[in-house]
Amino acid sequence: MADTHALQAHDAPAHEAHGDHGHITGWRRYVYSTNHKDIGTMYLVFALIAGVIGALLSGMMRLELQEPGIQIFHGLASIVYGTSGAEALDQGKHMYNVFTTAHALIMIFFMVMPAMIGGFANWFVPLMIGAPDMAFPRMNNISFWLLPPAILLLILSMFFEGPSGANGVGGGWTIYPPLATSGQPGPAMDFAILSIHLAGASSILGAINFITTIFNMRAPGMTMHKMPLFPWSILVTAFLLLLSLPVLAGGITMLLTDRNFGTTFFAPEGGGDPVLFQHLFWFFGHPEVYILILPGFGIVSHVVSTFSRKPVFGYMAMVYAMVAIGGVGFIVWAHHMYTTGLSLNVQRYFVAATMVIAVPTGVKIFSWIATMWGGSITFRTPMLWAIGFIFLFTVGGVTGVVLANAGADRVLHDTYYVVAHFHYVLSLGAVFAIFAAWYYWYPKMFGILYNETLANIHFWITFVGVNIVFFPQHFLGLSGMPRRYIDYPDAYAFWNRVSSIGYYITFAGMLLFLYILFESARKRRPAPANPWGEGATTLEWTLPSPPPFHQFETLPRIDAKAGGH
Amino acid sequence: MVALPAASTHGNRNVAGILFLLAIGMVGLAYAAVPLYEAFCAATGYGGTTRVATDNPKGIIARQMTVRFDSNIDGGLPWQVAPSKPVTDSIGAVETVVFTARNLSSKTVTGQAAFNVTPELAGSYFNKIECFCFTEQTLKPGETVEMPVTFFVDPDIDKNADLATIRDITLSYTFYASKNKGS
Repeated sequence: MADTHALQAHDAPAHEAHGDHGHITGWRRYVYSTNHKDIGTMYLVFALIAGVIGALLSGMMRLELQEPGIQIFHGLASIVYGTSGAEALDQGKHMYNVFTTAHALIMIFFMVMPAMIGGFANWFVPLMIGAPDMAFPRMNNISFWLLPPAILLLILSMFFEGPSGANGVGGGWTIYPPLATSGQPGPAMDFAILSIHLAGASSILGAINFITTIFNMRAPGMTMHKMPLFPWSILVTAFLLLLSLPVLAGGITMLLTDRNFGTTFFAPEGGGDPVLFQHLFWFFGHPEVYILILPGFGIVSHVVSTFSRKPVFGYMAMVYAMVAIGGVGFIVWAHHMYTTGLSLNVQRYFVAATMVIAVPTGVKIFSWIATMWGGSITFRTPMLWAIGFIFLFTVGGVTGVVLANAGADRVLHDTYYVVAHFHYVLSLGAVFAIFAAWYYWYPKMFGILYNETLANIHFWITFVGVNIVFFPQHFLGLSGMPRRYIDYPDAYAFWNRVSSIGYYITFAGMLLFLYILFESARKRRPAPANPWGEGATTLEWTLPSPPPFHQFETLPRIDAKAGGH
Repeated sequence: MVALPAASTHGNRNVAGILFLLAIGMVGLAYAAVPLYEAFCAATGYGGTTRVATDNPKGIIARQMTVRFDSNIDGGLPWQVAPSKPVTDSIGAVETVVFTARNLSSKTVTGQAAFNVTPELAGSYFNKIECFCFTEQTLKPGETVEMPVTFFVDPDIDKNADLATIRDITLSYTFYASKNKGS
């Protein structure tokens, strides 16, 4: 099915380089695309647009939180609803929650996941394992084209009634009942649920495609233990997606039927239990955070190795650390739920299991540093982002170990300390990995070079900016400022102002990034096949930049004696 | 390449098929979690879930326990429910107390009570022999009924070190309008 048609096209005599034997052009090239590189590019563009939307939403939040009191959102509400006074104030408060919810869902499902898995993995898993394309090219097309309707549903949800008298879903990305059931009876929540359904279906199809590709389509001689770390990270990620997303799909379907069809899975009046939703959600939610970060682990390994001109230190340990993180990630979910009345013994277990994750994670950080140790390091742009990633991810990891303690979590639960923690590992960790990958593979993907001076400035602005945004949030959390409120007492004013200033710096970095794209597209400096020198040893650098429309018409053969990397 | 050997295409479909089944199986597990979770709560007393028993075979011990009672009413149920006064007795003694419910509306209303005990760890030691909460209660307009609860505290609670300092257990009910309005 999926590939017979594509195969016929391939069976035509091979043409080199341009290779365009009657390829469809114009909009059909993309809408009908079965080419992993075109689909990868579409994912990256999609993620870029979603990322800008998500960043603008968080900008509104930081603008509001810059000063105590409510400055922005009641005005926004009176523009949107035409109300005034106390009514506008209430609607404004809800709108703030809608913005936080949409920011989270967009960044998770429509920015990081499409960029890492849909974008870079689609582009480089086949290239790095020496495969001509993905195993199911048409399924790949469906995976991508499910996403635009998904984000459209989420954006639509912001314009439909949630709680009575106000629009949008304001329950946070965790959408706990009863706030998500009886608390917000309007159609907004249904739109959001369907949006997550679509995004989930897209990711499950993608995961199946990646696992099949990696298991079945490696080039001759490339055993699993010779496979580069990025495909390994995607393999583990794909298994996490495959095992966790269906549970979320089940949970939110129960939410949907509770809301619309009178079931009582999460309603105590019918014998249900709202806490069950939290279990189902976090059984998905915890693996999900590893889904967001694992591909970054793979990317950073390649970048660090390339610019240290050394193979990755401890390849096997790196592989099995990722497998271990993925495995243990499934049995720690209730550390998000310490305050729901778990018994002491259950808490003890989840504390211990959670802390165990620090071990394989520590192995990875150790190995990255050991890779750099004694290496001949050049601080090119991707390397700056990768080292930034290692630093920021370690900071986030340390606060994660603090939060793993049930006793400490009792105090810090739902404070800005948690917000700081997960933004250090995700917003900074995952995003820095994405930028490392972007600057590492940009010349390969598009065949042009970017201005490296500007890109280095982009790194430094972003690095300073995000630290100013999020480091003070540790202080706010430790002094007790709760998440998800539009307002706060004056005591928290100082660090909130600092945090908002950090946002403006980061935002300037984002504008510079967009300029870098524009500049490189205008100048069109052609990129060599391998712009990074002898450190770049994986298969994608053996191809021209950009790679031909169909690559590896003769499958590459991997030397049996070559090292694992 | 190009042609993937036919065997490989076949292999792809097999792998994809297995993975699809895995995904569907996980959705099934999510739904299986509902009865499993209930069974788990009943078996472990998780979340203050109480036990059901027919009598107390384990006798009475000297340690005293006070049991307090609490009732809450959901906004959708026009009832007034008065809980019983607290009862203090030796652990293991079988007690019967009475809750009094009155229908404040001019319609016949069916209600159902959800319940738990705190501290939640005590749930697995709290045995109910008879409880109005096992069934739905239907009250005619203005009617007042007395609803009995017969219970005992399992003497094994004395062996649980985490509950060594506990002298009070609170049994709490929340009354909801029944979802099955027809019955």
